[in-house]
Amino acid sequence: MKIRHIAFFVVGLFFGIVMFKSEAVSWFRIHEMFRFESFHMYGIIGTAVAFSATMLWLLKRAKFKTLDGKFLSYDVMTFNFTRHILAGTIFGLGWGLIGACPGPMYVLLGSGYSVFLIVIPSAVLGAFLYGLVRDKLPH
Amino acid sequence: MKVLLLSPQWLVAISQPWHWAVAGAALTLVVFLMNWLGKRFGISGSYEVACSLLGAGRKISFFRRDFKEDIWVIAFVLGTIGGGYIAVHFLSSDQPVVISQQTIDYLAGLGISYPGSDSKGLGMLPDTIFNLSSVKGILLSVLGGLLVGFGARYGRGCTSGHAISGLANLQLPSLITVIGFFIGGLLMTHVIFPWIMSF
Repeated sequence: MKIRHIAFFVVGLFFGIVMFKSEAVSWFRIHEMFRFESFHMYGIIGTAVAFSATMLWLLKRAKFKTLDGKFLSYDVMTFNFTRHILAGTIFGLGWGLIGACPGPMYVLLGSGYSVFLIVIPSAVLGAFLYGLVRDKLPH
Repeated sequence: MKVLLLSPQWLVAISQPWHWAVAGAALTLVVFLMNWLGKRFGISGSYEVACSLLGAGRKISFFRRDFKEDIWVIAFVLGTIGGGYIAVHFLSSDQPVVISQQTIDYLAGLGISYPGSDSKGLGMLPDTIFNLSSVKGILLSVLGGLLVGFGARYGRGCTSGHAISGLANLQLPSLITVIGFFIGGLLMTHVIFPWIMSF
């Protein structure tokens, strides 16, 4: 256990509180988003992307270094349209159904929604199934 | 300082639902902290870590990982669970999420009352549909989890990794993935979910 790990735990605490208090963990907010009946979720994702993009651009320009003394980098994924659109669609079907993406699943478990005791292991099983059929899918 | 931190006004203020712009700014702080700590913002990699911890690496090389490199993921996930606990026990506004009347009316037509379908009355999850106490509730929960887990690993990222981290780094693969999120989400919300609810 290093101090760095405690730092990640604290960032996780903050992330969990933000997700709950902003209602981004709400199944109903997600349903409302996919029905285009509220701006709320688009506002959260839109501002997060706009602010983060600006911040990262500024940090890179200022040659900001991480705690490891490295410049900010992003390991670029190989572009494969079929893979991205297919993976995204499968994820979206699940997101639209259970109304929670991976972060909110953990947050809602902490909030006492015990059904995530089977949803999260199912997601882990989904990841395992991907590992099984990985070689047969376009990448 | 302690008095200030525990003062009721301060707690009452942050216990109100947060405005979307506040949430967006707070998530940007998360992105900054993760980058500063040497990692990119994302959480669905935790599924791979779980597979690896459960021994999947013995059969499938994809899950062979170095545990020491994964401790941060576990710490972040535990924090996220703890955040949900703190939010509901100490920062709850005691009012259900204010969703649009159109959505409430539409859901009522599907037989989903609001906020009554959430047994906690918070408007976070209709646990009358997704639960551990009925066959249908379990099947739907398992299906949702499977699709999210499979898609997140096939696409190597979820909403945090692609929609926030990836888009903020201006990545085309992330944009295509997010378009996929919406193709799937719209299909589920407008076509498949109403059909499921008709049974």
